[in-house]
Amino acid sequence: MARIIKYIFYDILRTRFILLYTLFLLIATIALFQLDSDVGKVIMSLMNIVLMVIPLVSIVFTTIHFYNSYEFIELMLAQPVNRKVIFLSEYISTALSLCIAYLIGVGLPIILYGVTPSSLTLIYTGLMLTLVFVSLAFLASVLTRDKAKAIGVTLLFWFYFSLIYDGLLLWVIYSFSDYPLEKLTVALVALNPIDLARIMMLLKLDISALMGYTGAFYQNFFGSYWGMLFSTGVLSLWIIFPLFLGTRIFIKKDL
Amino acid sequence: MIVLKKVNKHFGKLLALDQVDITMDAGKSYALIGPNGSGKTTLIKSILGMVIPSSGEIIVDNENIKNHWKYRDKIGYMPQIGRYPENMRIGQIIDMMKNIRRNIKDTDEELIQAFNLSKILDKRMHALSGGTRQKVSAALAFLFHAPILILDEPTAGLDPVSVEILKEKILKEKDKGKLIMISSHILSDLDELSTDIVYLFEGKIQYNNTIANLKEETQEERLGKAMAAYINQNALQHTLQD
Repeated sequence: MARIIKYIFYDILRTRFILLYTLFLLIATIALFQLDSDVGKVIMSLMNIVLMVIPLVSIVFTTIHFYNSYEFIELMLAQPVNRKVIFLSEYISTALSLCIAYLIGVGLPIILYGVTPSSLTLIYTGLMLTLVFVSLAFLASVLTRDKAKAIGVTLLFWFYFSLIYDGLLLWVIYSFSDYPLEKLTVALVALNPIDLARIMMLLKLDISALMGYTGAFYQNFFGSYWGMLFSTGVLSLWIIFPLFLGTRIFIKKDL
Repeated sequence: MIVLKKVNKHFGKLLALDQVDITMDAGKSYALIGPNGSGKTTLIKSILGMVIPSSGEIIVDNENIKNHWKYRDKIGYMPQIGRYPENMRIGQIIDMMKNIRRNIKDTDEELIQAFNLSKILDKRMHALSGGTRQKVSAALAFLFHAPILILDEPTAGLDPVSVEILKEKILKEKDKGKLIMISSHILSDLDELSTDIVYLFEGKIQYNNTIANLKEETQEERLGKAMAAYINQNALQHTLQD
């Protein structure tokens, strides 16, 4: 497995996209830290970038990479190599390279400018979101042979989780505002990894008071030890489930 | 050495392989022929585990290949269209394959020498012509002394000198007692290289016997004519649908 990961890693580095991505994150983070001396506000602005950019870049880059390495996958399949090993090696190398880019681009400046609990949460949620969207991209990639279709599906995932789902959630809350919705919204939020990451962040930024009673309930639920465990567990499911399904499909796929 | 039992493969509604039963033994060379789209490549890819049969069993060297992968180090495969990571160099690809097949120290580099590939090891794959790609594919197929060689249209796109080099190499390996399977449309090549013939038509095996037998049955000297006579006798042409 290590040998295969090495070759895929080498291939990813050669496209230079990862380097550009690292550079972009690095410049954006440092610029934000230069603009404002209040770490809390910087983390808040960074959070908005992270919640939009990380899922988009992870999902699109992974899909394009998967289709570009079709030749490599085909070559490996005629060799004495396990299919599962090929697939998981692709996953590990892609996820690892995106995570390293994020750690250098966002993590490094944060450590240099001072670590707070909220900045650690930002690093953590960014890494989890990267893994979630790489998993979703792998699932989309094995579902279809057509690269354009797969990229379309992944963009749809992104639109759904970062825009459409929030709209639906707001509509539900608005329509049923006469009923106690706190528990229901916790359940609904768990269905969207980006929302989950956003709430984990907001609670660490101590601005949950702005969200009224629901904010207090969230603070009570997500702020506790069990809440942390719950959100980590749900995010892990978002990583493992698409990856598991993708592996199952890939093992039985005709190439 | 390779046994297929009632292998079926559907692609949607299309039946690409229809109850294929065949036994192939070491020391023989099988010519796999049939019209375009008759299932030759599907059959080859099923043996390699790249295509998973809808039903039936494939046994390679007494081992059912379902969910197995180790058996593939007994196979050297030359694809019809060699697809390689475009920005890798020839040398890197060869090193990578050696690395993946681990613990093999004594590799067969005869074809790398004969095709003069050692002079262009630093060329990137996207810069290669179709023929040079074929040479790389051929060199990789023979690299590991595999006891089973599966060659999918090996001579297509090669220049006449290289075709002769490759044919000589195939004959040499055949004499070492390897199982060789060649799919091709060039029957004159197969006449020299093969001992047995497998004729595939619409996913079914229509003929499976030695070439000598076929020639005797049809009273023809050359494989090309014998095959044409056989096809005409049995009305195995594609009929145009109106």
